[in-house]
Amino acid sequence: MVRQFNGVMKAAAFVLVLFLLIPLTGWSKEAVPVAENPEVEKRMLLLTENLRCLVCQNETIADSRADFSNDIRREIREQIKANKTDPEIIQFLVDRYGDFVLYDPPIKPTTFLLWFGPVILFVLGLGSLIVYLRRRRVQIEDVSLSQAQLEEAEALLNEDKKGKNV
Amino acid sequence: MMRYLLPLFAFMVLAAFLLVGLTLNPRQVPSPLIDKPAPKFQLNHLHQPDQIMSSDENLGKVWMLNVWASWCVACRDEHPLLVQLARTGIVPIYGLNYKDERNTALQWLKRYGDPYAISIVDSDGKVGIDYGVYGVPETYVIDKKGIIRHKQIGPVTVDSLEKTIIPLIKELQQQA
Repeated sequence: MVRQFNGVMKAAAFVLVLFLLIPLTGWSKEAVPVAENPEVEKRMLLLTENLRCLVCQNETIADSRADFSNDIRREIREQIKANKTDPEIIQFLVDRYGDFVLYDPPIKPTTFLLWFGPVILFVLGLGSLIVYLRRRRVQIEDVSLSQAQLEEAEALLNEDKKGKNV
Repeated sequence: MMRYLLPLFAFMVLAAFLLVGLTLNPRQVPSPLIDKPAPKFQLNHLHQPDQIMSSDENLGKVWMLNVWASWCVACRDEHPLLVQLARTGIVPIYGLNYKDERNTALQWLKRYGDPYAISIVDSDGKVGIDYGVYGVPETYVIDKKGIIRHKQIGPVTVDSLEKTIIPLIKELQQQA
């Protein structure tokens, strides 16, 4: 009796599992496109790839899943639809969030160190390398042996050879 | 001697830069809106949704705009301070309820206290974008001419109130 009941339960469970599979195969829809207008989306993505998300600071607004980036993407889509040019949209964001939103900061007095710092460091490094190499060459030349020292060294080497022969 | 001192000196310069770097907060991005006119807005009240507040109503007085939301955990930290500040009557605080739901926002104010002269609603975050909001809570000090004079990113603290915000407000109130 118990065994029969178990069998019925198993069959019921199997049917239930089959039911679970139905929605997966039967009612899956084609993915809904993210944006209604692919051209707007393309321009928006091009723009946001060079913009920093201020919440997750090492991600672009194009990549970021943060709510902030979502809002900015929506804002940019709306502005593109309103026929704003790219520089206008960038300026809109810089006015609100500062140059920090740009991954490509403009060259101006406050960013001179950022832009030219590496060049300055390179020149300094190259300069000190040249000075160091020159000094080293002088040192190497200084170390050359005198005639007497050479003879002495030769004598010592010969002595060694003799020693080995024995 | 110089041979040994030079690397030591270079190391000390590097260490000094790194030490300063440690004290900087990368989340504190200076706002380009400081000393610029506060963006104008026309927003519905939170408590009486049929009423509209315009930012121009506050011309002629020094006021604070505090951006908050019921989903914002750090807002809970600063909230008692705002309630206290409101009680002193030094400055009117206006609350910008940012991307929130009306009912939860109202409940939140009931539970933690309501320091705001008026609460206004920015449900889609549009005004937030105009103000360059990216990390709630944020607090702006706006002078009599409607110019933003200070922006606090993140929660207001006792320190920031006593050292920066309140002295600034008192100074601004002296101005014509």
